[in-house]
Amino acid sequence: MTHRPHTPWLFLLPGLAVVLMFSIFPFLNMIVLAFTDADALGGGQFTGVDNFVRMVDDPKFWVAARNSTLYLFGVVPPLVLLPLLLALLVRRQVPGITFFRTAFFTPVIASAVVVGLIWTWLLDSRGLVNSVVEALGGARIPFLTDSSLLLVSAMAVTVWKGMGYYMVIYLAALANVPNDLHEAAQVDGAGPIRRFVSVTVPALRPTMVLVAALSAVNGFRVFAEVYLLSGGSGGPGGASTTLVMLIQQTGTGLTGEVGYASALSLVLFVVTLGLLLITLRLNRKEDLL
Amino acid sequence: MRLFWRYLLLLFVLAISIGPFLWQLSTSLKGAGEDVYLPDFVPDDPTLANYAGVADVVPVWTFALNSLLVAVVNVVCNCLGAAMAGYALARLKFRGRRLAGLVFAAAILVPFETILISLFLVMRSLGLTNTLTGVVLPGAIAALNVLLLRNAFLALPGEVEEAAIIDGANAWQRFVRIALPSVRGTLVVVALFSFMFSWDDFLWPLIVLSDPDKYTLTIGLAYLQGTFFQNQRLVAAGTIIAVAPLILLFLLLQKHFFRGVGEGALKG
Repeated sequence: MTHRPHTPWLFLLPGLAVVLMFSIFPFLNMIVLAFTDADALGGGQFTGVDNFVRMVDDPKFWVAARNSTLYLFGVVPPLVLLPLLLALLVRRQVPGITFFRTAFFTPVIASAVVVGLIWTWLLDSRGLVNSVVEALGGARIPFLTDSSLLLVSAMAVTVWKGMGYYMVIYLAALANVPNDLHEAAQVDGAGPIRRFVSVTVPALRPTMVLVAALSAVNGFRVFAEVYLLSGGSGGPGGASTTLVMLIQQTGTGLTGEVGYASALSLVLFVVTLGLLLITLRLNRKEDLL
Repeated sequence: MRLFWRYLLLLFVLAISIGPFLWQLSTSLKGAGEDVYLPDFVPDDPTLANYAGVADVVPVWTFALNSLLVAVVNVVCNCLGAAMAGYALARLKFRGRRLAGLVFAAAILVPFETILISLFLVMRSLGLTNTLTGVVLPGAIAALNVLLLRNAFLALPGEVEEAAIIDGANAWQRFVRIALPSVRGTLVVVALFSFMFSWDDFLWPLIVLSDPDKYTLTIGLAYLQGTFFQNQRLVAAGTIIAVAPLILLFLLLQKHFFRGVGEGALKG
């Protein structure tokens, strides 16, 4: 024996304590609370599926669910495609390429708050983007004051912030695409676009599915971008509120409805899990084909 | 000629990626006399007055200190605590090892946003709301880091520790003297990403902190935007204060950042 029986548990103690107390227990408690009418003070009575019945009739829930869903569909296609093109652009070892890669990654490391504030200023009614729009002869665009445009603006910010991250993932995957396939296609007279569609994309499909899954899950859980761009309000009349924003608004503060917020959290979890399962399914099919 | 187009495209993306940062920097350096709405990247008369000015309206240096404190504690706890747990999972044989591993794996699958409210209840029952301890604790030892380090320890060849075992070194001595130094690369990645997550975190501090004196930079900035939205120069100075340290860290250690993405240290 190389160690005493209790030694491993001493090593594990801090980690297990943190994870059990601050992840596993709150998660299980969230599921229980979702079926109660607990308020800001906790406690509460078991109320069965009342919270979910209430949700069905709650227009705020439907607005938030719609916005988070729209967000998911808005950010996934550009986040799957643009970083791939970016990776192809920075793949070749031309002079200075390290500098460009570094620069393209910079938005990833900045906090969502910094990014949100930077873009709030850029998209201001008199901000830089609108100055350019005006200079080009257009009318000012109400990026942040129109509730639909606010959501689109936030999506653009999410895409801007996420591109560098997925670019790095694609770069790693591209390094594993056998070069001879490309060369063979080139010999057969396939142009760059044809080679991209017939060689690169099929070889990268598993990575693209992974990127789709990550960006979908993150997109559905969007909070900071919309919060910051709307100055914390969720847009005019709260029309741009997302599901996580609704959880935060419903569950916190002195009037916090912990039970109802937990029910909303459970819905969020089920959707997130569903998205991951769909992806696993898609990738398994890949293997069979 | 094709190289020309490639560089033109690279420069175009470059402008989109770092242009917004430069515009914010430029705004933060513009004096009160200059119209910040004019699309002019170069300040007429660059001044640091806004950096002093932002500290007059909100305690921005206190925010920065709070952020730094939280981030440093987070890094230390994650490097040590996750390495200890990872070491036990990878290098020690004991009953219940699979179960312990499963607990960490399950924790990775819990999206933080879903436990936000009930985590707040836990913190309140511990009396840790509105404290920096309450900000640090939930992420102090991230399950993802435990598994990253477990994999790093698993990759070490078995013989590494054999000599030490023969010499009668106990598990802790082997962990500190042999195993830990061997996974330095992964530790750097864990440290870097723990720092970044902590420094950038917004949602949890927003929920758990209520007293502006305890604010970290991210919620302090959101607060600044809410109160002094009109003065873009001050908000810009605040954002530069928040982002500059990370950009510096990134430029110094970019190799490790890219490796971290490859190893899945960053969940996006």
